Parts: sequence; C-alpha cells; structure tokens
Amino acid sequence: MHHRYDVLVVGAGGAGLMASLYAAKSKNVSVAVISKLYPTRSHTGAAQGGVGAALGNVNEDHWEWHMFDTIKGGDYLTDQDAAEIFAKDVIEAVYELEHMGLPFSRLDNGKIAQRKFGGHTREYGKSAVERACYAVDRTGHMILQTLYQQNVKAGTTFYNEFQVLDLIIEDNVCKGVVALELSSGEIHTFHAKAVILASGGYGRVFKITSNALSLTGDLMSIYYRKGLPLEDLEFYQFHPTGIAKLGILITEGARGEGGILRNDSGERFMERYAPTIKDLAPRDMVSRAIYREIREGRGVGKEKDAIMLDLTHLPKDIIESRLPDITDFARTYLGVDPVKELVPIQPTAHYAMGGVPTTIDGEALASEDGTQVRGLYAAGEVACVSLHGANRLGTNSLGDLIVFGRRAGLAAAKYAQKAEFETLPNNPDAFSKGLIERLRNGSGSDNAAKIRKELQDTMMMNVGIFRNGKDMEAQIQIVKELQARYKNVSVADPSARYNTELVEALELGFLLDIAEAMTASALNRKESRGAHDREDFTERNDNDWLKHTMAYRDMQNPGNVILKYKPVVLKGETLNFVPKPRVY
Amino acid sequence: MKVTVKVQRYNPEKDKKPTWQSFAVECEPGDRVLDLLNHIKWYMDSTLTYRRSCAHGICGSDAMLINGRNRLACKILVKDLTKEGGTITVEPIRGLKVERDLLVDMEPFFDAYRAVMPFFINDDPAPAGERLQSVEDRAIFDEGTKCILCACCTTSCPIFWVNGRYLGPASIVQAHRFIFDSRDKGSDQRLKVLNQNTGVWRCRTAYNCTEACPRDIPITELIEEVKRAVLYQKV
Repeated sequence: MHHRYDVLVVGAGGAGLMASLYAAKSKNVSVAVISKLYPTRSHTGAAQGGVGAALGNVNEDHWEWHMFDTIKGGDYLTDQDAAEIFAKDVIEAVYELEHMGLPFSRLDNGKIAQRKFGGHTREYGKSAVERACYAVDRTGHMILQTLYQQNVKAGTTFYNEFQVLDLIIEDNVCKGVVALELSSGEIHTFHAKAVILASGGYGRVFKITSNALSLTGDLMSIYYRKGLPLEDLEFYQFHPTGIAKLGILITEGARGEGGILRNDSGERFMERYAPTIKDLAPRDMVSRAIYREIREGRGVGKEKDAIMLDLTHLPKDIIESRLPDITDFARTYLGVDPVKELVPIQPTAHYAMGGVPTTIDGEALASEDGTQVRGLYAAGEVACVSLHGANRLGTNSLGDLIVFGRRAGLAAAKYAQKAEFETLPNNPDAFSKGLIERLRNGSGSDNAAKIRKELQDTMMMNVGIFRNGKDMEAQIQIVKELQARYKNVSVADPSARYNTELVEALELGFLLDIAEAMTASALNRKESRGAHDREDFTERNDNDWLKHTMAYRDMQNPGNVILKYKPVVLKGETLNFVPKPRVY
Repeated sequence: MKVTVKVQRYNPEKDKKPTWQSFAVECEPGDRVLDLLNHIKWYMDSTLTYRRSCAHGICGSDAMLINGRNRLACKILVKDLTKEGGTITVEPIRGLKVERDLLVDMEPFFDAYRAVMPFFINDDPAPAGERLQSVEDRAIFDEGTKCILCACCTTSCPIFWVNGRYLGPASIVQAHRFIFDSRDKGSDQRLKVLNQNTGVWRCRTAYNCTEACPRDIPITELIEEVKRAVLYQKV
C-alpha cells in the first residue's frame, strides 16, 4: 500500500499529538499520524507529577528562574537558547492545554494548582518553589487524553498499530516512512514532504525501568543505522523512586508533597547530600545518594537493596486526594498502604536526555556542523534539542512535549507548504522487506527473549547509575556478541496477522544498536556530569567536556562507533548563565 | 510456585474455532498475570498473541477475561487469583471480534468513543490565563477523567454483548467527563447523541461495568447522572 501526506508524524504521545494538531492548523497541509499502539496508550499517559511552568499561582515565580533551574539541573550541558525558549513558551503552552479542556487540579481561587518538584527553585537556588502544574497524579494521562481528544475533534488521520521499519532518506533528504501494519502483516510506504519523529525513548534497554514494554528506541535506532548521529546518549536518567524490583514509577510529586526518603535506621539521609533542598534535589543526585546508602549497607529489604519512601506523616486526605494513583500502585503491587507504611523504592531507568539532534525548531541534524536532514523533524524524548542537558528536571518532559512538539509541527508544516514531493527510490520498501524476510527465514535458533534479557541485565550493571571504563569496555564486547547472536534469531511464528513475535524481534534489533551507541558515548566521556557518573573520573571537567557527543555508526566497520563533538550553546536570546559548581 | 495457565487460542489463519491450551508456569505469588503471559510467549510458545505496553495499569492495552472477570493482566497478581497448583484461565474480552488469541478488534469501541464528541467544546474567546474553575466544580467530573479506555467496562456489559450498537459504558463515561465540566458548552449536542436508542437508555443498571473497572470508576453512577441530565436537559 502507498500513501501520501504533506506531513507525517511518527508516534502519538504528547509530542506527536501536539505536532499533528499544529501541523493541521496550517493551511493546505494534509497530516497523518502513525503509532505502534493506539494513541491513548502512549507512554506520556504514565507521567504522573506535573508540568513545570512559572505561572506563579502559589508563590512568586519567573521564567528566568525556571530557565536557570533547567540549565543547572542539566549540569550546564543544556543548550541555553533551547532553555530560554522553553521556560518562556511553556507558560503559554500550559494555559493552552487548559483552554483545550485539560482538567488541572485547582487552587481555592480557581487557578491551576501547583506543587514543588525536584530542582525547581526560587531566586536561583534559594529554596524550593511550587512550579509543577498538576492534574492529581495523572498529569501525563490528562495531557495525552486531552491532546488525543483535540485530534479527534480536528479529524486527524491515524494509522494505529503500525510498526515503523525504515525512514526513506537519500542525500540528506527525508522522503517518507515504511511501516508494517500489524493487523494484516502488510508493508506500507508513506510518501511525505515532512516527517516528524515523536516516538519516545528506550528505557527497555535496562532491566529495571519505568518505561513501557513498547519503549525500544525504534526511530532513534533507525536514524543511527542510516549513518546519522545520535546526540548525548550517555546521559540517561534514573528516577529515584521506582517501586522496588518492578521499577513502576512513584512520582517525585510524592516528595513534592512532603515525602521523605529514609535508610534502614530511619535517617533522612538526603540532609547529608543536598542540605538546601534535601529530598527535592534533582534526580541524578538523589538516585546516586540512594545507591550510596545501599552500597554502604544502609539499605532495607531482604537483599538490603532498597530505600524507604515515607509519606506516613502526611495527612491521609492529602495522600488520597493528590496521590491516589501511586497509592493504588503501592497497594496493588506491594501490598503496602502508603498512608500507614513506608514504601520500598529503588532507582529505575526512566528518561533519555539524548536522541536525534535537532535545532530549536525540531529540524533533525545530520552532523555536528549543523547540516540538516531536509524534511525531517523530531520532538519529545526521541529528540535531543538539548533542553535537558546532562539531567532532566522533573516535569520538564511534559513541558518539552508541548513546547517542542508544537514548534516541530509548525516548522514541518511551513516546510511542507513550500516543498514538493521528492521522488521516491525504486522499491522504497525493499530494505524493510529484506529485514522481515531475514527474521522470518533465519536459520538460527537463538531466542530473542534470552538475548534481550542478557542485554538488559548487563546494561543495568555496566552502564547504569555508576560507571567505569573497565565495565563499559566489557559491555561493548557483550553488545557485539549479542548483536552477532541476534543475526541468528529467527521468528517461529509464520502468521501475517498481529505477529507480535516478529515485532519483538525487530525491537530487540533496535535496542541492541542503541546500546552500541550509548555505551561507546559513555565510555569516551571521561568526566562525571549529571546522570553520567564515573567512578574513574569523578569530577566534572568543563575544560575538556563542556560539549555534546555526536555518535555515528561506522558504516564501513559495523559495530564500531565514531564519536564527534559539538559545543554547548551557552547563550539564550536574552540571558545566559555561566557554568559553576552544582550544589543544592 | 507452579500454576496452570489455561489460555483461549484462536488464529483465523489456521483455526476454524477457538481452542484451549494449558501451560504449566513457574512463578512468584506477586507476579502479574502479564508476567506469566510474557513468560509463555518468550520461553514456551512464541505465537501467543495479546496486547500489552505499560505493564502497570495505566495504558489499558491488556484488558482480558481472567478467571471469568474483565481485568488488566498487568494489574492482577497471581496470589489474588489462585494458590500453588491452581489454574488461571485467560480469554479475550467479549463482544468485540477476536482477531487472534487474546487480541480483539478495538475499532467499534473507539467508534463509540468518537460518537459522543469526547472533546472540550467552548468557542468563547479564551482568557489570557486559565479559565477559572472551583475545586468543587473540578471534583464533580473527576471520576470520569481516570478512564484509560481499556474497554473492560463496555465488554462486560450484557447489553453490549447483545447489541454492539449500544455506545456502552466507556463512551458514556467520556461524555460525562465533559457534560459535567463547568467550562464546557457542548452538553446539548452530547445529550442528544446519548438520548438516541443507542444511548444511555439501553443501560439496565447491571453494575457489571462498575465491577469490571480497573480504575475503580463508579461507572453505573455516572451513567445514572447522564440519564438524569438527558431527562432534565440540564446539568
């Protein structure tokens, strides 16, 4: 099957749905969205705590403070032009969501309710500020639902349950997408003037993750396989409070409402690590503090590998009215009632700061010198506009989706209004067909699930919260071996309809290639910054490493990675913040 | 512990009708049913087909009939269903066409969703900031905002099984969410849709939907509120 759209959006989470809405508002632009799920099942729906915007509804707040917090939170690897646009635009964007009907929680005066969140401060770090606009503890769910509803209203065309196999890119021009329709097994070619990638992250490269099973980095990997660069993949955030063993998220909003982390002796240990804002320090710092406590023998549980989140001092009605979902999670999965008992938690792989490099308008970059892939855009977690730098602040992911999803949608539509459809190559789906044929007719008997488990276990151990050269060198070999074994994977299920075994095998291929780029990027960055923490290079080193990694696959020697670098943008449109030590 | 997972299988490419297949699975009492299905798919029979994504009850992908009740496979634990040596039966949700094994055609469900105009309607010029809404007005429609569109409610409804044209509980919950939102102005249009013979009057207050909801939404109550709104044409 063959389709034609001016703008094609890949992914139907917050960024994709915002992009499609804005592209469709532009004149004479046809828009379609393809998703491997149903849109309402995208992982934006799992975001809990809030969307940060300096509305100042509870206490005085300013976009300048938000910009500073974002940059400091990102350990000065944040591009400051992106941070300035973001901190200003997210205020309008939150009001706009409200105008679209989003049911935010409310203050007594009828305004949008706001609460505290990690790393959000007043007056450049003096104390915590209420900046997270929230809708109970299902803010992401409400954003996803609202944006889908608006797309239904706008009559957006959706191709649900389509697995993308390939991007058609020739001579740095993107011409479309090839995808597998799950219900029929048929391969479709989508011819487009502009393609927007909004397909999310890749948390499933790790063993313990808050991410959905579907988050396997598909489009990042496809981009990388074309010989195009991925930016800052070494920066991967572990959220401090995942439910022990499961990784299911417990929102930072729980600490925003006053929750406290305690070790085995009941000590509030964050006082030692971040004396100013304690349990509301940024995620990288809290995650490391938790692991230090565990390593030094102050963990709890059978294997002493967890820490306790204490909400018991909060009024029952606050817990039940502002944190009902996470209360339900603790009761369902742990049999623990947070009103009366402490909740065992562990850091959980949560968010990719890196991804497809883009300009502030979402234009995909083909190299560190600023060359663009014409007709290709990216927004949301799949993208790296470098808003989050080396560590993302809580609530800035939802803000990122709406601000940069909108910008990408507008930019793509503007481009499509002027551009012509490029000529497709002969047999644009030949590569995709070959990919599937190989998996269907493979001779080997190696099991995709076993390879995936080995990948997840070893990535967690060797490229997790604490890193060192020796472990990461070992991991590069492990990934190479798993890639070799992957070549022998064959899909046993011959069916055309809903062949989910085939999809999982494809996803494993994507994960392996992401792991390759990620590990190489991390091994080469010989410093500790934000989420990238090295035991063998413990200090941040601005002289050598205040720069973004651009990881390319070595197309001549597959399995090898070529690393290049580009400078951090240290100036916003009107403001700039000079790097200084990051203490809270 | 060891349990037997008895799964309904059906692949229209090769089967004339559904059959049952049993798997003996080693598991922990705290495992989710989804963990068991994943174990079967990954290590025992790769052809087993079902939807899943978030694995913690928030995306709504893995609604299925488990031990005779509609639930999310990721939100029900083995220990809540059976003991060592027991059996867990898993079937597709009812009333929608089975595409393969536990996976059903969701299109009629989303058609019904779209039919009730499940989106905010207010054409007045928006203010510079937010539209104000009191805490009390926000609370009136809170329950409906929890819906994850998993279809557990609609596919547990006997009226829906008999007549698939009934819009069903999920779409009425979606309509309720907007009808009772103080900022919305589209209630009249929605109430007209719900007053048709595919709308709320088909509901016979069986409470199956409320019992099936994995998000504890008091669905039957919300449907009653919509019925009253239709009767009095006001909210």
